[in-house]
Amino acid sequence: MSDASSTPSPELALPPGFVFDPARLAKGMMTRNGHSGWLGLDYHAHGEGWFELELPWREELVGVAETGVLASGPIISLMDNATSMSVWTLTGKFVPHATLDLRVDYMRAAVPGKTVIGRGECYKLTRTISFIRGIAYDEDPSDPIAHVVGSFMATHGTYL
Amino acid sequence: MNDANLPPYAQALGIAIDHDEDGNPVLYADFSDRVLGRPGFLHGGAMSGLMEMACMAALRAEMERRGETMRLKPVNVQVEFMRGGTEQRTFAMGTVTRAGRRVALVNAACWQDDRAKPIALAQMKILLSPAE
Repeated sequence: MSDASSTPSPELALPPGFVFDPARLAKGMMTRNGHSGWLGLDYHAHGEGWFELELPWREELVGVAETGVLASGPIISLMDNATSMSVWTLTGKFVPHATLDLRVDYMRAAVPGKTVIGRGECYKLTRTISFIRGIAYDEDPSDPIAHVVGSFMATHGTYL
Repeated sequence: MNDANLPPYAQALGIAIDHDEDGNPVLYADFSDRVLGRPGFLHGGAMSGLMEMACMAALRAEMERRGETMRLKPVNVQVEFMRGGTEQRTFAMGTVTRAGRRVALVNAACWQDDRAKPIALAQMKILLSPAE
C-alpha cells in the first residue's frame, strides 16, 4: 500500500521510538506549524488508549457561509490527528504511521462559534495495523457532531 | 460555477477551480504550510477537505443541470489514503455516481502530477432537500 504517510503532525518528525509524552503536549507544546497549526488544534485531554484535541471555531473554517457551520475538512483533520495520537498513548512511543482509511458519519452540524472536541480512541493494535474510532462533540459527548472509524498502518517498525 | 462560490474554508486553503471536465469542476490547491502534515507531506485532512469540496461542487453542478435548487447536507464520507502527497499542486474531481431525489452518492479522486496514480479516493453520501 502506502509508501509514505498522509498522517499529520510534525511530531512524526521525531525519530521512531522517541517517547510519546502527552503531558508535554498538555503544557502547550502542540505544534503551531503546518495544517494542524493553521487549524489551531490544541491539546484537550488524554488517557490510556484515548486522546482529545480541540478545534476552536473560526470564520475561516466555515463550510457554508450563510450558516457559519464548520466545513467537514477541519473535522476530518481533527479526528485524523486525535485518533493518531490515541494510538501512541498505547505504544508509549512514536511509531510513524499512515492513515489507511477514515470514515466519518455526520450526526448534526457543528454549532457556529463553539469549539469542537475530537476524541480519538484506539480499540485494537496489531503488529502493523491500529484500529481506531472516535467522536467529535462540542459540549456533550452523548450528543456528538460526528462518529469516525478507521485504521492506520505502521510505516517504520511495528506497534508491538 | 466560479471560485467565488467556494466557502470560506476552501478559499482560506487556496482551493480554486482548475477547469471544467464534462461538467464536473476539477479543483486544485497549491502546496503551502497550511496543508502540510508531517514534514514534506500533505496532510490527509487537507486531501479529504479538497475531495469533499470536489464532491459538493460536482453535485451542485449536476443540480444546476437539472434546474433544481437543493440544500446539500453531508451524511457521511469514507476516505481511502493510498499514497503520501508531496510538496506540489494537488487536484480533486468529484463524480456524481447516483443522485436521486433525496440522496446522492458522489465519488472523488485526488491526484498530483500523475492522474493515473491517485493519492486518495473518497465517497460521500449527501442528503438533498428542496431549498426554501
